[in-house]
Amino acid sequence: MGNKQTIFTDEQLHGRYHELAPHLVPMDYTNEPDCKVPLSLIVNMPELKENPFRNRIVESFSEGGDGNLSFNEFVDMFSVLSEMAPRELKAIYAFKIYDFNVDNFLCKEDLEKTLNRLTKEELTPEEVELVCDKTIEEADLDGDNKLSFADFENMISRAPDFLSTFHIRI
Amino acid sequence: MSQDSLDSLVTSENDIDIRLDVDDEYEQERQSGRRRKRRRRSGDKKEKKKKHQRRRSSSSARDGREERQTKKRESSKKQREKHFKERTTERNEEEAQTSSVKATKTNKNINNEKTRKTKTAERETEKRNEKKMDKSPKTIERKESEGKNTDKSKERKKHKKVQNSSDEEKTKEESEEDKEEQEELDKEQEEVRSECLSPEELEKLKEAVDERKKLIQSLRVKPWPMKKKLVSLRESQEFVEKYEGALGKGKGRKIYAYKVIMTKKWMKFERDFENFKTTLIPWEMKIKEIESHFGSSVASYFIFLRWMYGINMILFCLTFGLVMVPEALMGRPYGSIPRKTVPRAEEASAMDFAVLWDFGGYAQYSVLFYGFYNNQRAIGWLKFRMPLSYFLVGVGTVAYSYMVVIRTMARNANESGIGDDNSFNFSWKMFTSWDYLIGNTETADNKFASITTSFKEAILEEQESRKDDNIHLTRFLRVLANFLVLCCLAGSGYLIYFVVRRSQKFALDGLENHTWWERNEVNMVMSLLGMFCPMLFDVISTLENYHPRVALQWQLGRIFALFLGNLYTFIIALMDEINLKRKEEMIVKYNITTWENSFNGTVSENSTATPISLHPADVPRGPCWETMVGQEFVRLIISDTMTTYITLLIGDFLRAVLVRFLNHCWCWDLEAGFPSYSEFDVSGNVLGLIFNQGMIWMGAFYAPCLPALNLLRLHISMYLQCWAVMCCNVPQERVFKASGSNNFYMAMLLVILFLSTLPAIYTIVTIPPSFDCGPFSGKNRMFDVIHETLESDFPVWFSKVFSYASNPGLVLPFILLMVLAIYYLQSTSKNYKEANVKLKKKLQMQNEENKKKNKRAALKAQMDLEEARKASSQQKHVSPRRHQDVNEIHCSRQRHYYSKNGRNPAPPVGDRSLRRSAPRTYQHVNPGPPGYLPGLPRQSETRMHRVPSLQRH
Repeated sequence: MGNKQTIFTDEQLHGRYHELAPHLVPMDYTNEPDCKVPLSLIVNMPELKENPFRNRIVESFSEGGDGNLSFNEFVDMFSVLSEMAPRELKAIYAFKIYDFNVDNFLCKEDLEKTLNRLTKEELTPEEVELVCDKTIEEADLDGDNKLSFADFENMISRAPDFLSTFHIRI
Repeated sequence: MSQDSLDSLVTSENDIDIRLDVDDEYEQERQSGRRRKRRRRSGDKKEKKKKHQRRRSSSSARDGREERQTKKRESSKKQREKHFKERTTERNEEEAQTSSVKATKTNKNINNEKTRKTKTAERETEKRNEKKMDKSPKTIERKESEGKNTDKSKERKKHKKVQNSSDEEKTKEESEEDKEEQEELDKEQEEVRSECLSPEELEKLKEAVDERKKLIQSLRVKPWPMKKKLVSLRESQEFVEKYEGALGKGKGRKIYAYKVIMTKKWMKFERDFENFKTTLIPWEMKIKEIESHFGSSVASYFIFLRWMYGINMILFCLTFGLVMVPEALMGRPYGSIPRKTVPRAEEASAMDFAVLWDFGGYAQYSVLFYGFYNNQRAIGWLKFRMPLSYFLVGVGTVAYSYMVVIRTMARNANESGIGDDNSFNFSWKMFTSWDYLIGNTETADNKFASITTSFKEAILEEQESRKDDNIHLTRFLRVLANFLVLCCLAGSGYLIYFVVRRSQKFALDGLENHTWWERNEVNMVMSLLGMFCPMLFDVISTLENYHPRVALQWQLGRIFALFLGNLYTFIIALMDEINLKRKEEMIVKYNITTWENSFNGTVSENSTATPISLHPADVPRGPCWETMVGQEFVRLIISDTMTTYITLLIGDFLRAVLVRFLNHCWCWDLEAGFPSYSEFDVSGNVLGLIFNQGMIWMGAFYAPCLPALNLLRLHISMYLQCWAVMCCNVPQERVFKASGSNNFYMAMLLVILFLSTLPAIYTIVTIPPSFDCGPFSGKNRMFDVIHETLESDFPVWFSKVFSYASNPGLVLPFILLMVLAIYYLQSTSKNYKEANVKLKKKLQMQNEENKKKNKRAALKAQMDLEEARKASSQQKHVSPRRHQDVNEIHCSRQRHYYSKNGRNPAPPVGDRSLRRSAPRTYQHVNPGPPGYLPGLPRQSETRMHRVPSLQRH
């Protein structure tokens, strides 16, 4: 955390990856080319452990959606969440993260889950309902009562804080 | 002979091509040519893969092979030409190329004859669709089987053909993939012929290589998984490496290899350099650590502090390098003239710590203050123009500060211009309020709380049902609060004025007779006011019951007013003191002149005697008011700094320690309850910093040491505050947004800069400098130094030109012109802004219209569906034809659904025709992203197929 480097070499990043599960990750990939670190270990990284969407983040970067990351996917995750990544790329993955049920739409169910994670379920059901409805009303351009990626991107591209908040520093 | 046999040979191979082309022509006659090309490309893709295998074997044979391959294809084209005359235009070009190459190839073709014959026999047994694909593999096979056993080659061929058929499936999918892929294939095709290229094809190849390069560069931005990125990167790098060299031919290859190595080295160097640059940014590490604990708003304060440090560094360099060092090195040494010597009366205590701490004694008579500088025009062997330099540095610091602040403001304004509309209030809260940087449990808890409150606030605002039940009471309370605040402000102003006047009285009595408190009263009172008044305002503002954001603004405004009021009272009191000093100076001056006259008189009486030389310490001198002003500012800065640090230590550190350790033996929870830990007050700290800077700007002219002092202060507070934040603060609950507020701070800084330069300029312009101290002594006004320099240091014509230019007849029109220009620019910018707003409105309207339209369409589709359902339920028993109709309606609805969403969701069925025929009306509705999200099942499928096929080479 708080590392001042902006560009990592393979070794440094792999060091971080190796740290997560020293018993699982080999230093030499010739024998076991597809090793993966399970979700539970990645989620406990200090950079992620406070994040209410940590499971979703890891899951949306894993190929199978189960949250086990190979080193390539691990690198992928931090490259998207780095400062250097462009807004469009971040938007694509943000959409995936908030899409809890992986149906390529942010429907009300997804929004409710998002909101409950954001507020630690301190809002009453009515309030949650209201907020979700308002969100959909604001951002839904095609009137199907759920947010497609186009809707989401349109909304997020105008958000003033998106770029400054949607990145992780390792 | 070879041409004919070749033609007949390829006929069967081309049959399939032709047949398909005819099909195509039914649909789109014009596109058919292009399509065929594409098909060829997909065939060539396999060719390329094979080629990778081949590459290893022998590079010397390559050239010949490729030529043959080309020839083959060209001849096949010829054959096609015979059948379809209408497409001649395209092929004519290619034919022209072929004919030029033909002559050189005939020899080699004879060698191939044998193999080709075996091939034709085999081809007849194959299925037609296979034939389409293996045009290129066959040619390869042919070459490989040269001089070998034909049986073996046959076997191998069969094996390859199986592969080819599987490859064909892939190509089908791949043809749907990104355009780049297609282009890649295109390039592959061209590159095959790279040895015998016509100039235009060379051009094409060059373009292809360029495109590849572009792809490499933009790869990072592509939303693909890392695996795919790696694969395509490797691929395109290989391509570029291989064929860029081919472009250069022969000699170019070496140069190219050298170039490649150099670029690789350069990239690595750039990478390292980038990292190195980051390590050079001061305190980056600390700030990022804070950012990851406290979120971006607290970090914004430290970034602001660092920015301020940078500015002060420049100011310091100016004053130190151009004023202090030259004077110390080249000016007359200490003790040579009266202004550089401690007066006899003060000599005894000049080295005392208390005196030095007050910047009296030796400190007063040093380069640190205005009074020390001599009015000698040029000093040292460099003929350094000291007074001029002093004046210009004074002006330069102010000008530089203005420039920097305004430039930063303009830049910030550009950045913050994006998200000012409020149409996505809830969505933004939902999707962007979590700060992914947060990695600390407490911060996270606070963030959760603040998000919850912000949602609740938004809900309340949204409902808007809450009306002030007692509006009169609220109004009364607000008026009362403002009245109280005004009282506070007036009281603090009066207090400062009173204290300053009293301190003058003390100063007249002589400082030695008074206690420490009485000597430092002014600064202490100002610092204490600055410390306690904001707290008082905070309490008062609870009366007002404003929305927290509004309340914060009021609070900031009030603190600003308080600081400003204090500063200006201080300045006014200082002005009084300046006037007093000047009166004193007049008396001293008069005394000195009379004394000198009498002295001269005595000297003239007995002119034989040597003139009595007084020791400089004994020479009577005036009270140098400039030095006095400088001293006051320095003391103010010192005491301000001290109060800040002490508040930090007591208010934050001690409190944190007490809360932490007394919590075990206390009757209530100290951490959660009353004292708890202190928050980091971003806005208050920023304001403190801004006012501190204002004082620097104000006093820097009279005390050149001020920027240096400030630099020291900022440096220390950087470390101290970083430490304090990390060890004893908790993050704010109500976060003052960093992104939106930056310009607010900058605006305050600009106001302060303006207000602090005003008095400085006023004193410079209106008050004549002291007669016996400072670089401008003896002049009527300080800015006369410019005039003097112009007259004596520049040629006559220059000063003449200058005097003409400064003629009011020229200056006035110039000012007028500037005003006009400003007016013009302002009005145009206003127009632009209006246009912007209009466009925004239009956009919104369009959005809403689209929303409505889409809703209507959706409704209609639903109605249709229901009707259809009804119909089907009514006539379940009738003919199956009905069912078909219903199905069609379903289909049309589905189609509509696709079009509505502006993207192709992962198709549940491989129903490509449906998607292709979907109306494209949505394109103007959603100017959104390309039709799919990366990594959706559809794409990952193709990837799965693709990867192994690529890994073969």
